[in-house]
Amino acid sequence: MNSFIEYFRGIFHGLRSLLNGLSVTGKYFVKPGTTVTQQYPNKRKDLKMFDMFKGEVIMPHNGKNEHKCTGCGICEINCPNGSIEIISASIINEEGKKQRIIDKHIYHLGMCTFCGLCIKACPSQAIEFGQEFEHAVFDRRKLTKVLNQPGSRIMKGVE
Amino acid sequence: MEEAVKAPVAEQEEYVINMGPQHPSTHGVLRLVVSLRGEIVRNVEPHIGYIHRGIEKMCESITYPQIIHLTDRMDYLSAHINNEAVCLAVEKALGIEVSDRVKYIRTILSELTRIQSHQLFWATFGMDLGGLTCFFYGLRDREMVLDIFEETCGGRMIVSYNCPGGLMNDIHPNFQNRTKEFIKYFRKTLPEYDRLLTGNVIFQERLRNIGTVTREQAIAWGLTGPVGRASGFSCDVRKHNPYSAYDRVTFNEILYKEGDSFHRYKVRMDEMWESMNIIEQLIDNIPPGAYAEKMKPVIKLPEGEYFQSVETARGELGVYIVSDGNKNPYRVKFRSPNFVHLAPLNLMSKGAKIADLVAINGSLDLIIPDIDR
Repeated sequence: MNSFIEYFRGIFHGLRSLLNGLSVTGKYFVKPGTTVTQQYPNKRKDLKMFDMFKGEVIMPHNGKNEHKCTGCGICEINCPNGSIEIISASIINEEGKKQRIIDKHIYHLGMCTFCGLCIKACPSQAIEFGQEFEHAVFDRRKLTKVLNQPGSRIMKGVE
Repeated sequence: MEEAVKAPVAEQEEYVINMGPQHPSTHGVLRLVVSLRGEIVRNVEPHIGYIHRGIEKMCESITYPQIIHLTDRMDYLSAHINNEAVCLAVEKALGIEVSDRVKYIRTILSELTRIQSHQLFWATFGMDLGGLTCFFYGLRDREMVLDIFEETCGGRMIVSYNCPGGLMNDIHPNFQNRTKEFIKYFRKTLPEYDRLLTGNVIFQERLRNIGTVTREQAIAWGLTGPVGRASGFSCDVRKHNPYSAYDRVTFNEILYKEGDSFHRYKVRMDEMWESMNIIEQLIDNIPPGAYAEKMKPVIKLPEGEYFQSVETARGELGVYIVSDGNKNPYRVKFRSPNFVHLAPLNLMSKGAKIADLVAINGSLDLIIPDIDR
């Protein structure tokens, strides 16, 4: 007799626990305001990443197509996996002195691990993280970028 | 002998099947070679190394600040705590005392990391045992923690927020508000987790007295973290050997003595409450100060051996650095909890059903990249 009661008590206990769980799912089912799904491709324009988001390394240019990069190569040394290559050139500047400038700041996005060491180490704050997050491309070569724009020059006053 | 003849063919002969490397319940590329007799597991042989990247060897050729981004990729669910371990070891070697601000922020972020790791454990554990709803609810709440990380650290999972001597950047002005908002929300949501899964009879029946480890066995096998504490082995590094700001907060070490899969699950659920308590004690009292100490551009550790252990979401992570005075370490060894927890899998699952093996494997909460490194 005792085992008989135990058997039914077990069934009721089980049913109650199942209903208890179902009440949680039921609560969310009848409250559509609690859904958190983002309608990603449709509402792309509303999407804004956080300021600190590490999307890619960019080199900001001002209106006169000038950047702050001196081509010192500290970012290249600090990069743990060789995503940055600096090709520098030397020119004769207005004062008649030889000056080392940057020819190409090559950034391999496909190799970057977003550790942020290059940006932390840059003495002139020439590079920073951008908020771009849609990086999918059909050709791998497109992931290699030249950060300084063509024809750009170094900002005055940056050594 | 006569009985053996009468038994069905499937129970007479032992046959061997592969579970993994692509089996969803192994949470990664872990291959278990399981010897079965009928449905009873006779022997489990884990084969590892499918995601071996040689992180320890790679560390020997890069500088100390560069090591940190590799440790993110070992136990990716405790990424921040791994970073902290390397930073603490390097700071210990250099004799640097970081500011209180750094200590507080590191502790808060460590506990947030622990919460999001346990949330994902709850989500995937429920999914392993047949409750897909858990997976969605767990990931929904984890998203809030990831947003906090994204706003302050810049990364969601792979944070790379620590550096020797402090942090990469200061916390975002929203950080405190967002964290408090999350705690307020999660204090209401965590009881739902219990109602949905913990109290469920099917769930309990599948876990109670499955994969039992005694306290002696736990100590002998070196089990730490929630797995060790479920067996009654008091091994919380935060309590016994406090680092960062853990000596300034009061919290309980969760201990159970049963040592089965259900109590491994219980430890994690209770730890989430404790983590919220720790965060609440610290979040309003972050002292002002520098977020990083001034460091030399090239960090060279003095010759010698340095060790630092921290409590990740899965157990004790030890970082052992041998330096010969150069800018690169001579040798780095990580004592990862997952590798140790995988070892007694055979002991736990011998004689259990193959469905129990999934439950045991899930309750260990293994992260395969941390096993292989």
